[in-house]
Amino acid sequence: MTKPVNPTSLGMPNGTTRPQLRIVIVGHVDHGKSTLVGRLLHETGGLPDGKLEMLKAVSARRGMPFEWSFLLDALQTERDQGITIDTTQIRFRTKLRDVILIDAPGHAEFLRNMITGASQADGAVLIVDALEGVRDQTRRHAYLLHLLGVKQVAVVVNKMDRVDFSAVRFQAISDEISAHLVELGVTPAAVIPISARDGDGVATHTDRIGWYRGPTVVGALDALKPALALDELPLRLPVQAIYKFDDRRIVAGRIEAGHLAVGDDVVIMPAGKRAKIKSVERWSATPLEGEHGAGRSVGITLDRELFVERGDVIAHVGVVPSDTRRLRARIFWLHDQPLTAGSSILVRLGVREVRGRVVAIEKAIDPGELASVETKQIARNHVGEIEIALSQPVAADRYVDNPRTGRLVIEVGGRIAGGGLVLSIDAAQRVVSSDIVPVQSALQPEERSARYRHQGAVVWFTGLPGSGKSTLARALEHRLFAKGGSPILLDGDTLRAGLNRDLGFSAADRSENVRRLAEMAGHLARNGHIAIVAAVSPSRGDRAEARSAVDTAFREIYVATPAEICEQRDPKGHYAKARAGDLPGFTGIANDYQAPETVELRIDTSTVDVGRAIDGIEDMLRQTQVLDDGAADLAAFEAV
Amino acid sequence: MTSTNLERVRSDVVSMDHLDQLEAQSIYILREGFARLKKLALLWSLGKDSNVMIWLARKAFFGHVPFPALHVDTGKKFPEMYAFRDHYSKEWGLDLTVEYCPSIDSVDPTLPPAARSAARKTEGLKLALAKHGFDGLIAGIRRDEEATRAKERVFSPRGVEGGWDVRDQPPEFWDQFNASPPPGAHLRIHPILHWTEADIWAYTARENIPIIPLYLAKDGKRYRSLGDADITNPVASTASTIAEILVELDGTTIPERAGRALDHETEDAFERLRVAGYL
Repeated sequence: MTKPVNPTSLGMPNGTTRPQLRIVIVGHVDHGKSTLVGRLLHETGGLPDGKLEMLKAVSARRGMPFEWSFLLDALQTERDQGITIDTTQIRFRTKLRDVILIDAPGHAEFLRNMITGASQADGAVLIVDALEGVRDQTRRHAYLLHLLGVKQVAVVVNKMDRVDFSAVRFQAISDEISAHLVELGVTPAAVIPISARDGDGVATHTDRIGWYRGPTVVGALDALKPALALDELPLRLPVQAIYKFDDRRIVAGRIEAGHLAVGDDVVIMPAGKRAKIKSVERWSATPLEGEHGAGRSVGITLDRELFVERGDVIAHVGVVPSDTRRLRARIFWLHDQPLTAGSSILVRLGVREVRGRVVAIEKAIDPGELASVETKQIARNHVGEIEIALSQPVAADRYVDNPRTGRLVIEVGGRIAGGGLVLSIDAAQRVVSSDIVPVQSALQPEERSARYRHQGAVVWFTGLPGSGKSTLARALEHRLFAKGGSPILLDGDTLRAGLNRDLGFSAADRSENVRRLAEMAGHLARNGHIAIVAAVSPSRGDRAEARSAVDTAFREIYVATPAEICEQRDPKGHYAKARAGDLPGFTGIANDYQAPETVELRIDTSTVDVGRAIDGIEDMLRQTQVLDDGAADLAAFEAV
Repeated sequence: MTSTNLERVRSDVVSMDHLDQLEAQSIYILREGFARLKKLALLWSLGKDSNVMIWLARKAFFGHVPFPALHVDTGKKFPEMYAFRDHYSKEWGLDLTVEYCPSIDSVDPTLPPAARSAARKTEGLKLALAKHGFDGLIAGIRRDEEATRAKERVFSPRGVEGGWDVRDQPPEFWDQFNASPPPGAHLRIHPILHWTEADIWAYTARENIPIIPLYLAKDGKRYRSLGDADITNPVASTASTIAEILVELDGTTIPERAGRALDHETEDAFERLRVAGYL
């Protein structure tokens, strides 16, 4: 019934044929972002009728001189407090193109809103106050632009009127910010001296900046390029849904990269199933011929009945994404609670939703500070590099290979809490040597967890000799067993008597001892049991290896009883022997125990009795989804 | 097979124009909403924007609209609008659900007249939400219409009372949407937030989407935006075709909602309405 009308035949003037560019304005609070947007609109004739008069009235009502920023700061609280709270968008037109300007708040409190705005941009204008110079939010925003993939950046040095249009002051700021950007891998497209309030350098060169030879802000915006074409990358069609409204079974999604056509041989990842595209469907006319490229929302049918589900990724044979359960990402964090190793999270990779666990935090910094201090947790508004273990395999790309499918967000409590880029993918997770054919258990993990009312896990007690590890381990074993669970105790000393009797106490032997314990405990966990390990395991590196081998089921408890109390207790007489020189390599008096920095739980047995300590362990196991609490989602943490 | 897939050049790809890009993005949003929420409804105000939205839903779901089209009726729309609703709900196979707004007497009498009228519509919306238990409402608002709408999210959470907490909007980026409303609350889904008034008309023309004739000039006047008959005024115009509307829009600096009385009563009239749950 629809007869397409060629849009050009309508003489369509507004936005339909002119190139579009999305630009975000970022920078420190009060450096003049909203003012610049107001001035740009004014200079390019984009202000609606009556807006100028309205702004004068709104400013006068607050006893302020004329305030451009009231144009965008539409919320009452924004006007009253004189700050931008949330991001907004407004359009204007240059000679060459339509520009969508995205105004972003500069206040640290509203970084989530800055990210919301900046994530949609093709390019950015980073604004710096000529008087104040580069500040923490300037640096933080610059860093985030780079993390958000916004690579085209023009810098404006605003409020030049406040420094008497000093070329020397301009050069100093220009040098500082340029050096910072280059360090982040961004070359500024231009550095422009302006006065947004008065208009110098915005659309015209004025005498007051007569010494400046570069482009105006409008000129610089016209020189930026629209978003990169994604058509040339390998095909990625993430599956949004399968529709069966009629006799067709349509696989629907948006092509994120590459292109497809009827007859293509495709692979459905992560399962790796093969099919051919039978048709490309569209309402109201089907079928469609030709190549359909990145950006299209399409529906396809396949030549065979396969199980395809939301979150799968369709790719061409030979150029498929990786299939993995573990990846490393560089992320920014927006949640009030810092992200720590061991946190359970919900990860969204495109339309794929999967539970995961932060296995390690490798780096964490505040991008607003000049000299960054690295810590082991990622605080709000900070960035870091993390390793994530996923509860199910997913199809993923590295960000450098595909900027659309190589990024993820993290959700906490049903709200987006962070996001970032996939740095690397551990595709070796599923590789098994061809000579070894592991025999699977006849039982499914779900069958066991339904009986035991817990998931498989490894509870790893680390701490000095005499700290109380074995006592706690035995008490925990008793408690879990009494509740119908299946705990199994693996005591380091006991295993040294048999399985590990070939090992001594050299660093290499100790590492091997820990590796064997972890392998055995991991095997029990994968089969639905709770393996309780009590071992000094003094090396931080060895414990990290153990966590890595056991994956998401690992729960580390640091028994942090003070060393002098451990020595007083000396249950096995080891401290006494060591003091007498009879026990070389004994951990405890030689200060070679490396205390953990981030663990699931920390217990000092000199201040808490065994019963209460075990209560605390039970709480932790419940909160981290090992023990069922009735309402817990059993599927959420399949044993791995 | 593999080699031909790789060898095909980009020039074979059917290129996307501006309207194709807008359409593809809206379809993506509609499909995300349908996948992630349990009980959706599409708010059909019968105007140009919600008609485009229904069209986009039919594209997203291959000719079907898999959720009800909800008309919250003030009883004060133009007769042409009711005629349009009754005709096209049948022709397009919509699951039309009409809910009526409460009497104006039940609405805060201290509000200015137009705002009071709009607040009545908000009450009607709340009643419809409570009655049907929708957890998502698809609404056809656009950023270019009004300054507080420009600050909206694509998936925008509402409180249990239907309110919009503008101070605490969640982050939304990379087309990842927050879609977990707490029990009793709902989400607004805005699939055409990124469109402009001109985009709506250009698309309506390209797709031949039917419109209410009030939008076209008659005797030197036309309606740019349609609301309740008693608080909506026509603007001076000679544009009697969509092509002429587009030429007119290109030259105008008069805001689209200039004829909507409720926007202009006080500086923050519209924000207060929206915070309370208005569209």
